[in-house]
This record gives sequence, structure tokens and C-alpha cells, in this order.
Amino acid sequence: MLNPDIVGRTFTGATSFAVTQESITQFCEAIGEPNFSVAPPTYSIKISLTESEVVLKESGLDWSRVVHGDQRFEILRPIVAGDALLCSSTIESARSVAGNEIVTVRSDLHSGTDLVASSWSTLVVRA
Amino acid sequence: MSTLSVGQELAPHTFIINRAKLLAYANASGDQNPIHQDEAFAKFVGLENVIAHGMFTMALAGRYISDIAGSAAVKEFSARFIKPVVVPANVDVELIVSGKVLELDERSAKIEITATCGDVKVLGMAKAVIALS
Repeated sequence: MLNPDIVGRTFTGATSFAVTQESITQFCEAIGEPNFSVAPPTYSIKISLTESEVVLKESGLDWSRVVHGDQRFEILRPIVAGDALLCSSTIESARSVAGNEIVTVRSDLHSGTDLVASSWSTLVVRA
Repeated sequence: MSTLSVGQELAPHTFIINRAKLLAYANASGDQNPIHQDEAFAKFVGLENVIAHGMFTMALAGRYISDIAGSAAVKEFSARFIKPVVVPANVDVELIVSGKVLELDERSAKIEITATCGDVKVLGMAKAVIALS
């Protein structure tokens, strides 16, 4: 059971994520994308979902029962090799529907003071 | 990119999903949940078989958009995971992705994306906004 006090709170990662060309190339190859010069639009999930997992596990959520409900990205500029991205995760909502917990996490990725991408993950914790 | 018009249907593309691709995606994304690789585990937790990462299916839909506009042009992208893509061993599962132009102005286009596996829609409400150069 998720601690309800965390709704509305923002958790910022302790360290930034260093984007390497190798990690972009590996992601591109996994999805068959031939252009390795920028990260594909869903690349940031690699950072945001890992951060969400840390935050939600610390808040008492059983990650092994989590399924991904929906996902949205807003991309201000493409992620490129050399970016150092700091992820802040905000628990926007948590509600219970038919015994399942539904949690929406917003993840903002900043390079310095510039927002690069925001994403929203809706995660369903099966009863 | 050729000129788009509202209501235009974009040519479908078929992507192959198999166990090897799920392993490559797990390693690239860091999502090592065993339901995407381990058949015994997937069945133990009540699934029919190994299922694809929802984000892998979404990434392929994203590639469909990148093929049209380039990865750098994608400004917004959203999808709901409505049905799992079941991936048995030694099978190439076909994911068919198609698109339709919903809205268009001088600077951007909104594309509705359809993704199906064996005639079953696996993504719901899938849309992307691309910048037009």
C-alpha cells in the first residue's frame, strides 16, 4: 500500500544521468532505428521509470505487481549524447479502483536549468 | 517528408517482435522484469506467456513516427497499453502500425496511431505531435 502522504510531493534524483552515445546507439538498435544522432522519443523512459521505481518502492509500493497503464511524453528538445539529465519525479495522483492502486508519476528531465522533456507514467498496482 | 493533409491515411508498417528483440530491448532500456523474458515466471504470475514490454511496443510505434518525420521532430507522444503483446518462444509476432493525420497547421501535425497484433488493438489513444520543418 502506497503512503498517501507522498501525493503531490516531488523527489529529485541524487545524481544526474549521463547520456552516452553507446546507450543511444543500443536503444536505437533495439528498436531498429537507423538514426543514432539523437535519442528516440521514448528513450527517456530508461531514466524516468528507473527513478519512479526507486521513489515508489521507498513509499511502500510493491513494484513486482506493477503494470504500465499509459504513458505520455512532451519533448522540448531531443536528448543527445553528452547530456547530463537530472530527473525529478512528482506523484501527481494515487487512487484505488476495484482494489487496484493507480498511480500517476510526472518525470521532469532537466539539463542544468533547462527542461528537456516531461513524461507522465500511469502505473497500476494489481490487487 | 511529403506534404501531409488532414484525414490522410499513412502507409502501414509491420514490425517483428520476438524473444531476441525483447532481450535486446530489456538491455537497452534497463527494464529486466522477468515477465518479458522468462516463460515459467510469466505463467507463474498468471500470464498466458511472455509478453512484450508495453514501452517496447510504444517505442516501435515511435519508430513508425520517426520514419515519417525523424526522431528529432517528435514533440508529444502518448499511448495507453490496452492489450499485452504475447510472445511465445521461436515465434515472430507481427505488430502492424499505421497512422492517420488528425490535425495540421503550418508548424505541426497530430498523428493518430493504430497498433495491432493479430487484429487486436494493443495501444489505445495513441497519438504523436510532430514539428514540420
